[in-house]
Amino acid sequence: MEGYISIRNLRKQFGNFTALHDVELEIAEGEVVCVIGPSGSGKSTLIRCINLLEPFQPESTITVGGTKVEAGRNLEKVRADVGMVFQSFNLFPHLTVLRNVMLAPMRVRGLSVPDAEKRARDLLTRVGIGEQADKYPGKLSGGQQQRVAIARALAMDPKVMLFDEPTSALDPEMVGEVLDVMKSLAGTGVTMVVVTHEMGFARQVADRVIFMDGGRVVEIGTPTQIFDTPQEQRTRDFLGAVLNH
Amino acid sequence: MDIFDTFFNVPVLIRTFPLLMSGLWITLQIGVASIIAGLALGLLLALVRLYAAPWLQVIAKIYINFMRSIPLLVLLIIIYYALPFVGIRLSPFMSAVSALSLVSAAYTAEIFRAGIEAIPKGQFEASAALGLGYRNTMVDVILPQAIRIVIPPLTNNCINVMKDTALASVVAMPDLLKQATQAQALAANPSPLIGAAIIYVAFLWPLVAAVSKLERSYAKADH
Ligand SMILES: Nc1ncnc2c1ncn2[C@@H]1O[C@H](COP(=O)(O)OP(=O)(O)O)[C@@H](O)[C@H]1O
Ligand SMILES: [Mg+2]
Repeated sequence: MEGYISIRNLRKQFGNFTALHDVELEIAEGEVVCVIGPSGSGKSTLIRCINLLEPFQPESTITVGGTKVEAGRNLEKVRADVGMVFQSFNLFPHLTVLRNVMLAPMRVRGLSVPDAEKRARDLLTRVGIGEQADKYPGKLSGGQQQRVAIARALAMDPKVMLFDEPTSALDPEMVGEVLDVMKSLAGTGVTMVVVTHEMGFARQVADRVIFMDGGRVVEIGTPTQIFDTPQEQRTRDFLGAVLNH
Repeated sequence: MDIFDTFFNVPVLIRTFPLLMSGLWITLQIGVASIIAGLALGLLLALVRLYAAPWLQVIAKIYINFMRSIPLLVLLIIIYYALPFVGIRLSPFMSAVSALSLVSAAYTAEIFRAGIEAIPKGQFEASAALGLGYRNTMVDVILPQAIRIVIPPLTNNCINVMKDTALASVVAMPDLLKQATQAQALAANPSPLIGAAIIYVAFLWPLVAAVSKLERSYAKADH
């Protein structure tokens, strides 16, 4: 069955090094998928291929909502419909929080200033930072910045949200506020692909969990299958290591 | 008193003051025209150098290195005295502005390139992920941040261009230096030259001071 995100035969090389080996993956519309695995296993590379931040081998195909992900005219449409949240926030430091959220809807969707501002203020309120709209990102805590980054991506009204370890750069006391925003997003119809080390979040929120190792998808299943009855030795080893910490 | 009569001869200075002012006006015209042309061409060169097809990047790089290697005076004399042999005849003003802006563009391009390269990769990725095209990414995200980085070196470059306008006097441009040397000949007294020197310094000192101040405040902000 073809998913909303369809990844076929995905191979990614960095020079001679193969970061992804023939990944096959179908993700349904509205599904929440968490990607777990050791550092260097190709998790970031996988989700960065979905919006072509990483170009991949020509024999591979990825489609999002039926649109092929490839350089050229399609790409703008794919990227407009696929939001991304980075580990390091990547907010625009020279723009206020409000302007950060308004920029892409105005430039890409053609929204007027009042429309973009209204949408931005609504979203900032929704992620709990309505009061900080006129500050610069540098004045906010890490958790607040990451919530702005989520609002900025949501302002494009995306069909898909990609998260690359959104809480890994945060102080522990701020992890919860970001995960709460992500939880409230799950089940709203947005398809979510979340690379994370937060096993509790994955267990609670994911429809499916993907375990990756060495550039391969080793195992896919429901949270219960992956966390309680993993089939592969590598999955068991990894979970044993992270859950005993 | 002798020194004063020789170098700061007030009657001579007063008599030649209008001449010096007309020279200053020409100097400013040459300088400002060259700075603006150099900035525009330099930004274009920087973008070509960073993002164009590989063969264009190579051409931009050759241009930049060539213009940074050739002595400005040599370039100016070639433009004014040699190009007419192939049918290209530029006025003294255009020759001076061409030479100054061709060289300034090379330095400006390197300054812009360094400024753009100093912007973290994540800024480009966030822009791309939002669906912003190349033009919006540059205009709305990258260049506003790069400008802050490049203002001190760009101001330095403007100061250099302003100083180098004095070379225009060798192609018979009646700029500040040329007027001062003529006034000196007429008055048989070097006071106009000293006057010209004071005018150059008075004009550029504030810019030099501004650069130091900016560099200091940036250094502080980054700590
Ligand atoms: N730009 C790059 N150039 C070369 N190798 C890279 C690059 N990005 C990632 N890699 C390599 O690809 C592998 C997978 O990286 P990544 O997807 O970032 O892993 P993960 O996100 O699971 O930690 C790693 O071995 C990494 O060193
Ligand atoms: Mg990663």
